[in-house]
Amino acid sequence: MSKQSQHWEKTRGLLFVTLAIWFVFSIGIFLFGAEMNEVTGPFGYPLTYWFTCQGSLGIFVILIFWFANRQEKIDEEFGFSERGDD
Amino acid sequence: MKGNFIDNLPKVYGIYTGGFVGFIIIMAICEQMGMTAKTIGICFVAFTVAIYAIIGWLSRTAQADAYYVAGRQVPTVFNGMATAADWMSGASFVAMAGGIYFKGYGYMALLVGWTGGYVLVASLLAPYLRKFGCYTVPDFIGTRYGGNLSRFLAVVVLTVASFTYVTAQINATGTIASVALDIPFQYAVYVGLISILLCSMLGGMRGVTWTQVAQYIVLIVAYLLPVFWISSKMGAGFFPHFMLADEVARIGELEQQFGFVKNSAADLANVPKGLAGITKAHSAVNATPWGFISLALAMMMGTASLPHVMMRYFTTPSVKAARKSVGWSLFFIFLLYSSAPMLATLSKLSLMDPSLPTGIIGKSIAEVQAIDWYQNWNAANLMFVSDFNGNGTLELNEFFMGGKAVVLATPEIAGLPYVISGLVAAGGMAAAMSTADGLILAIANAISHDVYYKIIDPKAETAKRLVVARVLLVVIGFAAATIAALEIQGILGSVIWAFDFAMSGLFFPLVLGVWWKRANKEGACAGMALGLLSGLAYLIWVRNGGSGFLGITQLTFGIFGSAVSLVAMVVVSLITSEPNAATQRMVDEVRVPSGRSIIGKQ
Repeated sequence: MSKQSQHWEKTRGLLFVTLAIWFVFSIGIFLFGAEMNEVTGPFGYPLTYWFTCQGSLGIFVILIFWFANRQEKIDEEFGFSERGDD
Repeated sequence: MKGNFIDNLPKVYGIYTGGFVGFIIIMAICEQMGMTAKTIGICFVAFTVAIYAIIGWLSRTAQADAYYVAGRQVPTVFNGMATAADWMSGASFVAMAGGIYFKGYGYMALLVGWTGGYVLVASLLAPYLRKFGCYTVPDFIGTRYGGNLSRFLAVVVLTVASFTYVTAQINATGTIASVALDIPFQYAVYVGLISILLCSMLGGMRGVTWTQVAQYIVLIVAYLLPVFWISSKMGAGFFPHFMLADEVARIGELEQQFGFVKNSAADLANVPKGLAGITKAHSAVNATPWGFISLALAMMMGTASLPHVMMRYFTTPSVKAARKSVGWSLFFIFLLYSSAPMLATLSKLSLMDPSLPTGIIGKSIAEVQAIDWYQNWNAANLMFVSDFNGNGTLELNEFFMGGKAVVLATPEIAGLPYVISGLVAAGGMAAAMSTADGLILAIANAISHDVYYKIIDPKAETAKRLVVARVLLVVIGFAAATIAALEIQGILGSVIWAFDFAMSGLFFPLVLGVWWKRANKEGACAGMALGLLSGLAYLIWVRNGGSGFLGITQLTFGIFGSAVSLVAMVVVSLITSEPNAATQRMVDEVRVPSGRSIIGKQ
């Protein structure tokens, strides 16, 4: 297998992991919104309410930075990263 | 601007922020010395708009690269701020907290959707489109799939979605300008438009980038300062985001105590248009799972298809920077979005709780009608009380407020000085202007670059292309302002439609262009045309009393449109021949960050 298709395979793998996490916190948990809201979440807010106010939003921010770092590592591993700094 | 401007950015914007804070302090001192509320409002709006205009003038350019993609040298963090301003519209700033206040959980799907979409932007699209090296989104479609038809269809989808969005933004600038400058709305719309054009006309994307960073700083200060101030003034805690659990629980108790009494239609007929009462529980789950998820999903896919956001990532220096920049964008958006529910909570509690000095529920109607701020906002048509049951006391179901009032009136209700209200007006103006600029530029650039330069006159010189781009900017701005002046649609409704239009026509052609090599020209054209048309047809059907299906409403019609788009694109691609070897090689190259950009090579 060529270097390029190996790189793409890893990139695609990372995409699936990223989208899986995204799916859980944007769609998955809200299937159980009513049940989850009975539970007390961080800082004492009802759990579903907390996810809609802060939780899911914050997780998305962290997820994007994590994804960007992992993708950079993959690019470096195959020597596809760009020269120069950003 | 000299070449070392980019290196000096933190310093330049640091001084700018310091200057702005200094201006707020001067205004506060002037207020103590007796300056009138009206003068303060005018000063805030005039001062900030003048700053944006100066930045716009300093960023003037005659180079295509600077005009279309800001020279591709915007650092990640600053591009994040500019994207956040581009993204957060007048609706986010003025209407979001109000939406949460009135509709609770069902509305918060928008918060999840408008942030979750950035995960799709970062992972599926932005880095690859940056590598492509295009000027506009239709530029990517046109080059990846080939042919003028695909390029043209992409311009059509972009124009429909962005134009729907931009009328709402110009409407918002007009509303704020008319209140702050005290002029009729029909003229205020054009004042807003001229302010918008001052930022973008001379410098194109470069001008818009640097004004958007400045606008972000104004809008985030204007949003966060009142939230923190109100919270500590009410004794709710100095850091509201972590400390409002008791307040949320208290609202729940009060809701139980007062009960949600349903008003008769005859009573509601007396309430001014656009005002609403509190009829939904604040923190309880009041929407079905699908109702919530479908709205969030539509907004997420729409986010990833809206060209004015995507084109911001064309301005970063590298692919790597584009990815990181998406993270920064969402971080800066998160700062405002996570504060909106806190503002809604504080606003609601300060009005509802009889044990607080600001609480009005349970007081006598006459007493409420004598309050200064009630009279002001009643005159502005944003508050209304009526004694439906004739007992002389204000009940929960007898108090009505406009959605905008949550952001605009809460500082005054909580007893903050007027300088804060002036600041909020400047923030709302910044939010609406920055989004309008991004949208108008997206449309004008697509038409000037893709239709005029790429299709009509490929030999046109740079100078001529930029003249065309600027003329289009003005024409589109005036067209949007003229429609906005008619006031035919609400701000929030048309914003949501824009997302649905964009996802119907563009989501799958963009994503599959990178992720599915077999996707070809015929498939993409079918996907764009059928997606947009079926989405539009569904919207018209539901608007005219159609029942809809699968719980897809007029706010989520993009789910239907994009499903049709996906099926059409896959089926048509598979029954026609696969893309030629050159196109396949191009897709391979887009997938690795290193090497030269695709379009730069040609």
